[in-house]
Amino acid sequence: MKKEWPLWEVFIRSQHGLAHKHVGSTHAPDAEMAIKNARDVYTRRNEGVSIWVVKSADVVASSPGDKEALFEPAQDKIYRHPTFFPVPEEVKHM
Amino acid sequence: MYAQMVDTGANKVRGLEEMSAQERAFQERIDAGIKIEPKDWMPEAYRKTLIRQISQHAHSEIVGMLPEGNWISRAPSLKRKAILLAKVQDEAGHGLYLYSAAETLGVSRDQLVDELHAGRAKYSSIFNYPTLTWADIGTIGWLVDGAAIMNQIPLCRCSFGPYSRAMIRVCKEESFHQRQGYDLLISLCRDGTAEQKAMAQDALNRWWWPALMMFGPSDAESVHSAQSQAWRIKIFSNDELRQRFVDQTVPQAEYLGLTIPDPDLKWNAERGHYDFGAIDWDEFYNVLKGNGPCNRERLRARRQAWEDGAWVRDAAIAHAEKRAARTAQAA
Ligand SMILES: [Fe+2]
Ligand SMILES: [Fe+2]
Repeated sequence: MKKEWPLWEVFIRSQHGLAHKHVGSTHAPDAEMAIKNARDVYTRRNEGVSIWVVKSADVVASSPGDKEALFEPAQDKIYRHPTFFPVPEEVKHM
Repeated sequence: MYAQMVDTGANKVRGLEEMSAQERAFQERIDAGIKIEPKDWMPEAYRKTLIRQISQHAHSEIVGMLPEGNWISRAPSLKRKAILLAKVQDEAGHGLYLYSAAETLGVSRDQLVDELHAGRAKYSSIFNYPTLTWADIGTIGWLVDGAAIMNQIPLCRCSFGPYSRAMIRVCKEESFHQRQGYDLLISLCRDGTAEQKAMAQDALNRWWWPALMMFGPSDAESVHSAQSQAWRIKIFSNDELRQRFVDQTVPQAEYLGLTIPDPDLKWNAERGHYDFGAIDWDEFYNVLKGNGPCNRERLRARRQAWEDGAWVRDAAIAHAEKRAARTAQAA
């Protein structure tokens, strides 16, 4: 028998209250082992306090070809950033 | 280096005007410092070269565990044993980060491991030398990990996203490797007995030249190196990195009171660098061909570990499938 363990994507939440962040992937036969392997491979130095694993095959990603359609509309909307608006010098903090 | 003399399949580096529109756009992204991600279009030769380079790098991390693993059970104190164990475990981690990076290019890890076991894939020449004494463990950390850092720090900026991210993780851990090795040598050379210092000198005598060979032969004229640099999967030439390594290492040897085994080693004030003697490239090519002191033993050990673990991998899959089937039935 020769069957490779499936691939899992690993997400870790660090101690500082930030969201889970993708850190890499690992092979494992099931979810439980995926968490154990992710622990060994990605948290040997206190990198995290919580692990998510997701089967790589279940990840749905945007395709590079759609980049313009998806992200270009945001480019010319600079008024969405606070720096677009001048703050009068007399008004010190805003 | 951990990947040596990587073949790019190129016989000349083509200019932008000789490329197809797609290829030109790709090269321009690289020139602009934009990272290439796995789903982006890339020339087949770039993909193949990266698979070769990243998998060689991964194999080196894994095979590299063997010479050091040899001393885990014989470390002279519990403290040193715990440190060495952690170091070797890190190397396993490095191998895994790198295999994952290679897998994003459309190969499976099992395929890559098969290539290694069949003797078709290379790993770094350095791991074909034996670890004869405890001082070798310090020397490997100091010189081999030190040389690896020289090469891996620039690779953090390489053009392929997953490789660059793997290198960033690796570099964060690598400096512990070098320091624990140097610390071990400090205790032998500065705090130890005359015999312990002699043991360290003997280790340096054996590892110095193989460490310089790790950077690979001069690639100033190599078309593969030029192509890899154009693709930004190689940042500096072998000679540049080797020179930096020598310049950095000589004062460290002086602090230990050890003599670098090279009568031609001399500070060159004009160049602002150390001059050093000629490297025996016949030895290097011989090791690459499989005739180093430990090539056969290393490959045998890796194959055996793989075969001995087969039943565990199979059992784990069978168990996972059985449980999944049971859950499906219950639902
Ligand atoms: Fe490493
Ligand atoms: Fe290392």
